[in-house]
Amino acid sequence: MRIVVGKGSCGFAAGAGRVYSALENLIDDKSVLSITGCIGMCFLEPIVDIYEGEKLLRRLVKVTENDAENIIIAVKNNDFSLVDNLTISEKDEEFLTKQTRIALRHCGIINPESIDDYTNDNGYKALRKVLTSMSPEDVIEEIKISGLAGRGGAGFPTWFKWNAARNSKGDEKYLICNADEGDPGAFMDRAVIESDPHTLIEGMLIGAYAIGAKEAVVYVRAEYPLAIIRLEKAIKDAEEKGFIGKNILGSAFSCSFRIKAGAGAFVCGEETALIESLEGSRGMPRLKPPFPAEAGYWHKPSNINNVETFANVSWIILNGGKKFSAMGTEDSKGTKVFALTGKIRRGGLVEIPMGKTLRDVIFDIGGGIKNDAKFKAVQMGGPSGGCIPEELLDTVIDYKKLSATGAIMGSGGMVVMSDSTCMVNMAKFFLDFTTKESCGKCVHCRIGTKRMLEILTRITEGKGKDGDIELLEELCLGIKDGALCGLGQTAPNPVLTTLKYFKDEYVSHINEKKCLAKECASLLTYSINPEKCVGCSLCSKKCPTQAISGEIKKTFSIDTEKCIKCGQCKAACRFGAVNVD
Amino acid sequence: MSCSDCHKSDLSLLNETLEKYKNIKGSLITVLQKAQEIYGFLPTDVIYKIAEEMNLTPAKVMGVATFYTQFRFKPVGKYLIMLCQGTACHVNGSERIEKAITEELGISDSETTEDGLFTLKNVACLGCCSLSPVMMINEKTYGSLTPETVREILKELKEREK
Repeated sequence: MRIVVGKGSCGFAAGAGRVYSALENLIDDKSVLSITGCIGMCFLEPIVDIYEGEKLLRRLVKVTENDAENIIIAVKNNDFSLVDNLTISEKDEEFLTKQTRIALRHCGIINPESIDDYTNDNGYKALRKVLTSMSPEDVIEEIKISGLAGRGGAGFPTWFKWNAARNSKGDEKYLICNADEGDPGAFMDRAVIESDPHTLIEGMLIGAYAIGAKEAVVYVRAEYPLAIIRLEKAIKDAEEKGFIGKNILGSAFSCSFRIKAGAGAFVCGEETALIESLEGSRGMPRLKPPFPAEAGYWHKPSNINNVETFANVSWIILNGGKKFSAMGTEDSKGTKVFALTGKIRRGGLVEIPMGKTLRDVIFDIGGGIKNDAKFKAVQMGGPSGGCIPEELLDTVIDYKKLSATGAIMGSGGMVVMSDSTCMVNMAKFFLDFTTKESCGKCVHCRIGTKRMLEILTRITEGKGKDGDIELLEELCLGIKDGALCGLGQTAPNPVLTTLKYFKDEYVSHINEKKCLAKECASLLTYSINPEKCVGCSLCSKKCPTQAISGEIKKTFSIDTEKCIKCGQCKAACRFGAVNVD
Repeated sequence: MSCSDCHKSDLSLLNETLEKYKNIKGSLITVLQKAQEIYGFLPTDVIYKIAEEMNLTPAKVMGVATFYTQFRFKPVGKYLIMLCQGTACHVNGSERIEKAITEELGISDSETTEDGLFTLKNVACLGCCSLSPVMMINEKTYGSLTPETVREILKELKEREK
């Protein structure tokens, strides 16, 4: 039997490192214990799987170091009744069984630090097939048949970019992977690199062969230290086995591989900014054309795809483009990975065929809203995307249909919000982000987002004026037209979509000075309900500004002049006597 | 080029890195990352040294260094708290976590405690969204934080340093 501990970043954050150490200390035969990456069920971490050969006997969830002893006894005696309380429920299992996994096919199953685990599960077979029986043109044709499109956000057909780079003149070409996953709320690329680094390497090698590149570079965010460590090991192992380097698998194809750690700049997710950063400069986007396929890295033909795109490539080569394009809609083929987070009951990574609805993902797989609260909106596409309201939950997942709502597919972040999330404050949050991340090249983006943030800030502080909504709309259109790159052009989207679907919230902030979600502190008034107050004085002891006074066993009251609206009294009161309006 | 009134760093520590990278085109960011690993931040005399050795103007080096959030120009505390301000953390209450840290340590974003133990840095998404709100202290990630758990974690670290 094998005991496998899920050690991805989420697992570690939940305590998988401590669980692993506890098991290691107690176990006699250390070879029984191994690790895997992230299965994507973040809400159940730390997860421990028990296998007999390839067969999963038990999946144990929310394990702590105190459970280690019982797990070992259970394995020793082949009697799992001791760990019944840890075993995953049928309902939670559905989170996985309702998915179709291609990009994530190995995640949480194989050991990401073992190249043998990867080769035993068809690893590097696609590369062998390409090098022995396919021309670069055949590879591009197969990708074309599959309908694979860029999973980083733009949704541009992958074959088209590969073909353009292949047809560009010059011997020196580069294949680059964009692993600068900067969208707040998206983490599928981190999960793929941490859990299945060889799938990325194999996909990139096939891409390099197709476009004629001899050098491949992965640009990874510095915030992903574990991903960098696992990828470094994987590259080294692949070099030793002859999958990377000169005359790969005895063919005429040679390709070197290296990692470049980013230094923290959201705009570097834009491909020309990423190239500037790779060259050691400030990551400011270039004017297109020329496109990277003609003049990219060091002004040589270059192709850039994101991690999830590459993670599909070897599967397509082995199973055929037709099988991939059989899934999805007319416009969007294959599967897409979503990072489901926010106020969701079951959060994690969800890979489903295109064509399912948002409701399928959020309610059927994600289990709906935490604590049975009411769904309000789902934010898709990060700072470039928008908020989709409840009435559009049956929107089909497809590049065109999602864009029609005003949001975008983006890299697949889905942040779910309940009725306690203020949409004006949400728009302000994203503008605060884009203001900080604007590279400063274009006036509209640099100054326009700043002005928008100022307006949104005053609205959330109860100082909104007549005409603010119109001014916001005017700025949105100006920035969309006036910015050079995707960051600027899409920065107004969070404001435009919240204005489109949640205008009443803006109006009530400005006209009535009320925040319907009760989130904007400046617009709230705290008071004590004399009918519920028992005069215990707990609230007045917690109050940091001595704004609450009264006599013990009589009713207390709040001096609104002194109140800083910190909410500590409400949190402290055991009788629900503190009202917020 | 010189720097008259700035911090005196042991520039010899940088020799190995400069030897390895100074002739590789486009390696400025890598050199800055290595320098920050060595010194904990980027002192002005180190910026000048890198510029001189790599045949760049100090303005170019400074321009690149200030563009990226990873680079710091002041020493950081022994414990660097990176508090995630991503969307999921925001929705799940990262503001309350920031407030708890500020109250517990008496520092705001990008500040260091007087004893040099803690630095607080707000960062964009750390990619652990399902466990939001999240923070990272010296590459260790802490998830599902509440103001209470964050206070406990900080108290424990303080205790350890006594």
